[in-house]
Amino acid sequence: MSTSPNIAVQFKNVTKTFGEARVLNNVSFHIEHGQVLCLLGRSGTGKSVTLKIMMALMCPDSGEVWVDQENVVGRSENDLSLVRKKLGYLFQDAALFDSYTLYENLALPLRRHTRKSKSEMDDTIRRALSSVGLGSDGAKYPSALSGGMRKRAGLARAIVLEPKILLADEPSSGLDLITAAEIDELLLRFKEQHGTAMIVVTHDVHGARRIADRIAVLDKGELVAFGSVEEVARSENDVARRLITV
Amino acid sequence: MPNAADELEQAMLWLGRVFEFVGKVGVFGARVIIDAVQPPFEFDQVSRQLAEVGNKSIALIVVSGFALGAVMTLHTRNTLVTFGAAAMIPAVQAVSFFVEIGPLVAGLLLAGRVGSGIGAVLSNMRASEQIDAIESLSIDSFKFLVIPRVLACVIALPFLTLFMDFAGLLGGFLSEALTSHISFQLYLSRAFDTLQWSNFVAPTLKTTVFGFIIGCVSAYFGYTTDKGAKGVGEAATNSVVISSLFIIVADVLLIKCIFFLFPDTAI
Repeated sequence: MSTSPNIAVQFKNVTKTFGEARVLNNVSFHIEHGQVLCLLGRSGTGKSVTLKIMMALMCPDSGEVWVDQENVVGRSENDLSLVRKKLGYLFQDAALFDSYTLYENLALPLRRHTRKSKSEMDDTIRRALSSVGLGSDGAKYPSALSGGMRKRAGLARAIVLEPKILLADEPSSGLDLITAAEIDELLLRFKEQHGTAMIVVTHDVHGARRIADRIAVLDKGELVAFGSVEEVARSENDVARRLITV
Repeated sequence: MPNAADELEQAMLWLGRVFEFVGKVGVFGARVIIDAVQPPFEFDQVSRQLAEVGNKSIALIVVSGFALGAVMTLHTRNTLVTFGAAAMIPAVQAVSFFVEIGPLVAGLLLAGRVGSGIGAVLSNMRASEQIDAIESLSIDSFKFLVIPRVLACVIALPFLTLFMDFAGLLGGFLSEALTSHISFQLYLSRAFDTLQWSNFVAPTLKTTVFGFIIGCVSAYFGYTTDKGAKGVGEAATNSVVISSLFIIVADVLLIKCIFFLFPDTAI
C-alpha cells in the first residue's frame, strides 16, 4: 500500500519504546509537499525521536513511516540511502564536522551525490553559504563560529542538495530572538523558493506561529493535537491549548 | 561475608562479560574486513588518516626508539663485557629491536597516541550527532569513519616500526660510541651480521595485526558508545588499555606462529 503523491511524510500508528519508556504511542499524522509542520511538546515527549525515525536513523517498534511514497521501515541500508537523499536534516547543535571547514562540510554531500565539476561545486557552496549569510566564512572551522552561525551553517549543509523534505530539530534553540527570527526567515524563504516540505521541532511558539502551516502537539508519546494554529488553539487538549497560546 | 559459591558466580559472570566483549569486538573486526574490500573505497579518508596516524607519530616513535636504544646498550654493556662479549653488543641490540622491542613498543606507543585519539574523536562525534549527520547525508558512517582509521593503523605501523628499529640502533650506536669509540660502519656490520631476513620481515609484518587491533578496538569503543559526553573519556581510556592488552596477548600468539612458520628464527 502506498500514499498519495501529495504527501511528503506520513506516520501510520508508529510506536517506539526505549526499555520501559514508551516514547511514541501509536502516532499517526501526515504532511503534504510544500507545507511546514511544527512539532511542539514538552521536553522528552518524543519530538526528536520522531525526526530521527523519519530520517531512518532509528527504527520504530511498529507502524509505518512513509517518506515521499516510500516506507522506510524494514528497508535495507542501500534503500534507506536513496530515501535519505530526498531529506535534509538540521541537527539541534548543527552537528557540523569539527575537522572540516564550512566549505568542506558542504562539499562532502555534493561530492558524494552529484557529478558537479569543481567550479560548479564552488558556485553551489557559495550560494548556499550566502543564502544563510555566511558567504565569506567558508574557510572557517566550526569551532570558530558562534551558536547562531553554526545553526545557519548546519542549515546550509542541510539544503545544499536541495532536498524535497527538510527536517529541523530545534533550529532556534539557544539563540537570541533576533537570530531565531532570522533562522525562521531562512526556512520560509527556502520553502518559498523550492516548495520544500518541512518538519520543524521547536519550543519557540512564536516562531511556530510564524512559519507553520500545521502544528502537531506531542504529549507523553501521544499525538494530542494536529491542525492549523487556530485549530490547535481551540483544541480540547489542555496541554496543546496552553502550549500554543503561551 | 561472601561464600565460595557467590565468588564463583561472580567470577563466572565476569568471565562471561569478557567473552561477550571479545565476541563483540570480533564481530566489529569481521565487519571491518568485509566492508574494507567492498566499494565505495574511501581513499581520501584513508590518506587523511594516514597523515594523522603516521606522520604525526614519527617524532614520538623516533625519539622513543633512540632513547630506548641508548638505555638498552647502557644496561647490556656491563653484562656482556663481564663475559668478554663486548663485540656482541651491536648484534644483541639489533636482534632485540628488530625481533621484539621495535614491533612491540611501536605498537604500544601507537595504541597510546592514536588509540586514545580514535576512541575520543569517534565517541565525541557520536555524542555530538556528527555520526548521525553523516548517515543523514546518505554516507555509510562505518565505511567513512571506521575503516579508514583501521586501514591507516594497519598500513602505518610497520613503517613506524622500521623507524623505531633504526632509531634504536642509532641510539645504541651513540651510547656505545661514547664508551668504546666504535665506528658506525663496524657497528652496523656487527649489528646485521647475525640478523636474518626472517628475523626482520616477520616481526615487522606482525605489526599489521597490532595496527588492526589498535584500529578495531579504539574504533569499537568510540563508534559504539552511547553515554554522551561521559563516554568520550571512557572511550579514550578503554581504547588505550584494552588495545595495549590485546597487543601483548596477540604478540605471544604471533611469536608462536612465527616460530612455527620460520623455525630458524627461534633464537
